[in-house]
Amino acid sequence: MRGTGGRDVLITLVVAALLIWIMPTMIATYTLTVLVIYGMLGLSLGLIWGFGGILCFGQAAFFGLGAYTYAIAAINIGESTVPMILAVLVPALFAAILGAIMFYGRLMDVYLGVITLVVTLILFKFVNTTAGPQYVIGKARIGGYNGIPGFQTLNVPGDPGAYIWGDPFYYVCAVALVIVFLLVTWLLRSSFGRIAVGIRENEVRMALLGYDVAARKTVLFTIGAAIAGLSGALFANWSEIVTPSLFSLSQSAEIIIWCIVGGLGTRLGPILGAAGLAYLKFMLGQQSMIDNTLITGLILVLFVLFLPRGLVPAVATLWGRIVVGTRRRTQPRTMRRTRHG
Amino acid sequence: MAETVLETHGLTMRFGGVTASDNVNFKLKARELRCLIGPNGAGKSTFFKCVTGLLTPSEGHVYMRGQDVTGWQPHQIASLGVGIKTQTPNVMDALSVHENIWLAARRFNDRAEASARADDIIDRLALGPIARTDLGQLAHGERQRVELGLVAVADPWLVLLDEPAAGMSADDVARMTQIIHDMTRTAAVVIVEHDMQFIRSVAETVTVFHQGAVLMEDHVDKVMSDATVRAVYLGKKA
Repeated sequence: MRGTGGRDVLITLVVAALLIWIMPTMIATYTLTVLVIYGMLGLSLGLIWGFGGILCFGQAAFFGLGAYTYAIAAINIGESTVPMILAVLVPALFAAILGAIMFYGRLMDVYLGVITLVVTLILFKFVNTTAGPQYVIGKARIGGYNGIPGFQTLNVPGDPGAYIWGDPFYYVCAVALVIVFLLVTWLLRSSFGRIAVGIRENEVRMALLGYDVAARKTVLFTIGAAIAGLSGALFANWSEIVTPSLFSLSQSAEIIIWCIVGGLGTRLGPILGAAGLAYLKFMLGQQSMIDNTLITGLILVLFVLFLPRGLVPAVATLWGRIVVGTRRRTQPRTMRRTRHG
Repeated sequence: MAETVLETHGLTMRFGGVTASDNVNFKLKARELRCLIGPNGAGKSTFFKCVTGLLTPSEGHVYMRGQDVTGWQPHQIASLGVGIKTQTPNVMDALSVHENIWLAARRFNDRAEASARADDIIDRLALGPIARTDLGQLAHGERQRVELGLVAVADPWLVLLDEPAAGMSADDVARMTQIIHDMTRTAAVVIVEHDMQFIRSVAETVTVFHQGAVLMEDHVDKVMSDATVRAVYLGKKA
């Protein structure tokens, strides 16, 4: 098992390094950066929904909280290291409290979705109404619908003058995504991850085996929010402005669509779904003939009808069939007979 | 004198105006095997759910090894060392037999010990050929056997089984009987069951439920020949 894990890490690192190196030759790094950030956001929901069975309609809340926390802290501190840490911790703490209320309150399924969606919309409404000068945190004005511009962006730790932007910022985001991906892989292979999958499959049985389901779901929900918060902070650095639209309904819905299209219950699916659909949206945004939300909706409908498990599981199944077919063709006839006989 | 491992005092459960469990006083000694019988709607499953923490009783108390566990959550009760099997197979369908049993073993053991225990119980329950098969692909009897494996792998001192023989073939029932007898070497066992043939093969003492209350508690032969019990089962006056 440990040997397989080491080999998988090596394969992940080699493939990721190749992609990080090759992709800028095809897509501008400015666009690639946001695709990578969305990939991380997709992975955050893919972890809690695909492996923990927690359908959160409000992952955008943690994304937005991460972005706003970073912006506010960066204005007050004037350096990016501590704000980056706070952008992970604040959404995580918020999720821990919200998760504990929901899971210990035995809220399940659709009720959980409704609560998380409502929390996101409350944050959206609240941030929108903070345009007045009285809404200030330290030196930072929250800014209402205008958002917060002009904060300190990512710098080399300890040197506020050494900005990380352009191509280096792309590499920082890509490496951060690889690290998060490997951490998620490690988490899912640990006992905690296997128990989380057990809870996804049958909460009652896991409770009857003696597992504190509410505590474990709260922890997983918190980890997902921390990843979303990190992606929010990186997004704030990329866009150099944070606005209430980060908490919007469309943002929440998009993350869910990324996971469905990419493939739930996989680590790669939500990343590819996010990057693929965000790139498509970017391409469609360059024309005015068709509304891009219609295209996104059409893709979702087509996937639900024809590839309900998503892209990555469908490709994996097809690959499995090809491999099995190839093995059968290369096996001697006698062996085949023995095996089936 | 054997220790009392499970005791209820005046256990009552009401759903609106319906009293499903009515002032039930129950006592079970260590390594005792007790069957709970009664017609449909007699209150056996409600009693079972109150004891396992799936329901919180309206009145009364549940004690396990002298500790008041009334109102505890199912995971807290299971954590005491209580193995629970519900009425319908309650397993993780998308996971393999080995993964299911490993998850049960992991609750009380480290990773390596859990794997060793899972392998051992798979051998003992003759689940080897299907160890890597997902539960969703197995027949009902096999799923029931796997669920018993989930219970047995944690070495419980109290086992609560709700209709373990339901929907099983004669061979599976015989195997189940043997497994339950093996369990009574270390654990007290409560079985809620309808199948009278199965009850005769495993039980000595039987508690009969009727209209939420305990009607009778005695040796299985006496209970089976009792006119009131027969009338309750057949729906005739004694």
